[in-house]
Amino acid sequence: MSDRSQLISTGEPFQFDKERDAEFERLVKRYPTRESMILPALWLTQEQEGWISQEAIAYIADRIGTFASKVYEAATFYTMYNLHPMGKHHICVCRTLSCWLRGKQEIIDYMRDELGLTPGKKTEDGKFSLEEVECLGHCGTAPVVQVDGEFHENMDVEKFKSLLATLK
Amino acid sequence: MEVKILSAKFDIEGANKLEVAKQHGAYANLDRLFSMEPADVIEEVKKSGLRGRGGAGFPSGVKWGFLPKDTGKPVYLAVNSDESEPATFKDRYILVRDPHMLIEGIIICSYAIGSHDTYIYIRGEYTTQVKELQAAIDEAYEAGYLGDKVAGHDFRVDVTVHRGAGAYVCGEETALLESIEGKKGQPRSKPPFPAVAGLYDCPTIINNVQSIASLPYIIENGADAYRQYGTEKSPGTHLFGISGHVEKPGMYELPLGLPLLEVLEKVAGGVWKGRKLKGVIPGGSSTPVLTPEEAKTVTLDYESMAQHKTMFGSGGIVVLDETVDIVKLVKNLINFYHHESCGQCTPCREGLGWMKKITQKILDGEGTMSDVDLLRELCDNIEMKTVCVLSAACTMPVRSYLDKFRHEFEAYVTADESSVAEAK
Ligand SMILES: Cc1cc2nc3c(=O)[nH]c(=O)nc-3n(C[C@H](O)[C@H](O)[C@H](O)COP(=O)(O)O)c2cc1C
Ligand code: SF4
Ligand code: FES
Repeated sequence: MSDRSQLISTGEPFQFDKERDAEFERLVKRYPTRESMILPALWLTQEQEGWISQEAIAYIADRIGTFASKVYEAATFYTMYNLHPMGKHHICVCRTLSCWLRGKQEIIDYMRDELGLTPGKKTEDGKFSLEEVECLGHCGTAPVVQVDGEFHENMDVEKFKSLLATLK
Repeated sequence: MEVKILSAKFDIEGANKLEVAKQHGAYANLDRLFSMEPADVIEEVKKSGLRGRGGAGFPSGVKWGFLPKDTGKPVYLAVNSDESEPATFKDRYILVRDPHMLIEGIIICSYAIGSHDTYIYIRGEYTTQVKELQAAIDEAYEAGYLGDKVAGHDFRVDVTVHRGAGAYVCGEETALLESIEGKKGQPRSKPPFPAVAGLYDCPTIINNVQSIASLPYIIENGADAYRQYGTEKSPGTHLFGISGHVEKPGMYELPLGLPLLEVLEKVAGGVWKGRKLKGVIPGGSSTPVLTPEEAKTVTLDYESMAQHKTMFGSGGIVVLDETVDIVKLVKNLINFYHHESCGQCTPCREGLGWMKKITQKILDGEGTMSDVDLLRELCDNIEMKTVCVLSAACTMPVRSYLDKFRHEFEAYVTADESSVAEAK
C-alpha cells in the first residue's frame, strides 16, 4: 500500500456534465443499493476531469446519498483513481515479473536519462507523467506500456521513442 | 498440440460482433438449454468435470450445488474478470475476441442456478477491453439474448459490467463482492461463504471468465465430448499463457495433461537465445517454482502439479533462463504482493513488508545467513494466519525459491564487496 491520503481542493464546485449525468442515472438502476455507484461515479469523474478533487468526493457522496468518508475510502484504496492532476499523457510501465524479465527497466532508465522523468512524477512542462504499475495482463507480449489507457506491447527503447514522438 | 475449443472463433475476423458470432454457432443452443431442467444442466456440468479456471480448480458444477434452495432472496452471479495474477493473460482474449461465448455462458449458468442478475467484475486497466465487452452486451440486449425474455423464453438475464480500479486483491472473491458494493476491496472472513451470503448478503456464485465461457461447448456437445480432452481428473482444455524467456511467448489453447517441457519446446519455441533453463513458474506468480529436473516429469494438469508440490493455478507459465537472478526475482515478487495487500491482517501487511526489507538487505550485500533463515521462517509464520490467501500467494513461491535456490541467497551473503557491487 502506498500513502494516498491527501485530497486537493480546487476551490470550485464540481458536478457531472450532461453526458455523465445521464450515464450516472442509467447505471444507478443496475444496482440494488446506491452505494454500489461509488466506483462507477469515481470513474465518471475521472473521465470528465482527469482526476478526483475534494469537491468531487463531496459531490459524489451527496449524489449517492452516502458519507463522504465512504467515497474517500474507495478513492484512496484503489490506485487507479488519480487524486491530483496527471501529465497530459499518462504513461504506465508494467514492472511485474514477465515485463521485468523482458527488459522493462530499459524503458524506465530511458525516461530518467532522456526526460528526467521518474516514476510518480511529471515532466516540468506537464506533458508526461509516469507511473510504474503492476502486471497489466499482457505478459505474453512483455514488456508492456499503457499510455492514456492504450496498450503498447513488445516494447523496447526504440519503439518507445517512436511512440513518444507521436504524442503531441 | 494446440486445440480450438474455447478459441474456435478467436482468429475469425469480426467474431466479436453478434452477426459473425451467430454464423459460427453463437446462441444456437438456447432452445435446447431452456428445454432442459436447471438441475440437469448442473448435472451435465458436473459430469463434464469442468474445474474453476480462476486458479483454485474447484469443480464448477459442485460449487453451484452449494446454493441454498428457496431462500426467497435473489441469487447473484459474479463473473471474475479481474485477471490480475502476474503472468495471467487469458481471459481478455475471450472478452475481446469472443465475448458472445461469455454472454452465452452467463445465460447457461444463470439458468442453471436460477439467477437473473450478473455482474462482470473487470479490472480497471482493461480500458479498451471494457468498451468492447460492453459493446457486445449492448448488441446481445438489442437482439433479445439479454433482458426480460432471453431469446423469447420466459427467463430474465441482466448483465452489468462493474469496473475495478487497480487492486489485485479484488480478484479474491469476497473482496470482489465488497468492491461491487462500493467498498474498498478487503476480503471477508469465511464462513459464511458467498454461496450462502454473498453479494448484498444474498446467495452468490463467483466464477472465472474462462470457466463460464467453457459452458456453451459443454451444453452443445455434452460432457463426454468435453472429456475427450484432458485427463480423467483434469478434463477439458485450458487457455495457457506462456511468457518470460521463450522464443514464442503467447496464449495457447491446449488440452490438460500435456508434458510441460514438450509444450515449451514445441509450442513456445523453447528457451530463447539458445540459453539453458533455470526454472519454470507453472501457473501464475503465486505458484511454487519448478527446477529443470522437476519440469521434466510434470504434466499440465491439477494432479501432476500437486504431486510436484506446486499448483496448476491460472495456467500462466513463466520460463526463467539461466541468467535470472533469483534473489532479484524474489524481490520483484514480494514487492508485488506487499503493494497489493489490502492491509487488514497484520501478518500480511507488516510481514510482507518485513520480507521485502530483508530481501533488499541481502541484495545490498548487508545480509547474514540468519537473514536467509528469517526469511524462510517468516514464510511459515505468515501463511494461513490471515483472512485471505493473498499472503500465502507470496510466501508459497518465496519458500520454493529459498528451498530450491538457497545458494543464490547465500552467495549474496558470502560475496566479497566487489562482487556484490557488480551484482547490483
Ligand atoms: C488474491 C487473489 C486474487 C485472485 N485473483 C483472481 C483473478 O484475477 N481472476 C480469477 O478468476 N480468480 C482470481 N482469484 C480466485 C477467486 O477467488 C475465485 O476462486 C475464482 O474466481 C472462482 O472462480 P472459478 O471457480 O471459476 O475458478 C483470486 C484469488 C485470490 C486469493
Ligand atoms: S491476507 Fe493480506 S490481502 Fe488478504 S485480507 Fe489479509 S491483509 Fe488483506
Ligand atoms: S507482467 Fe507485465 S503485463 Fe503481466
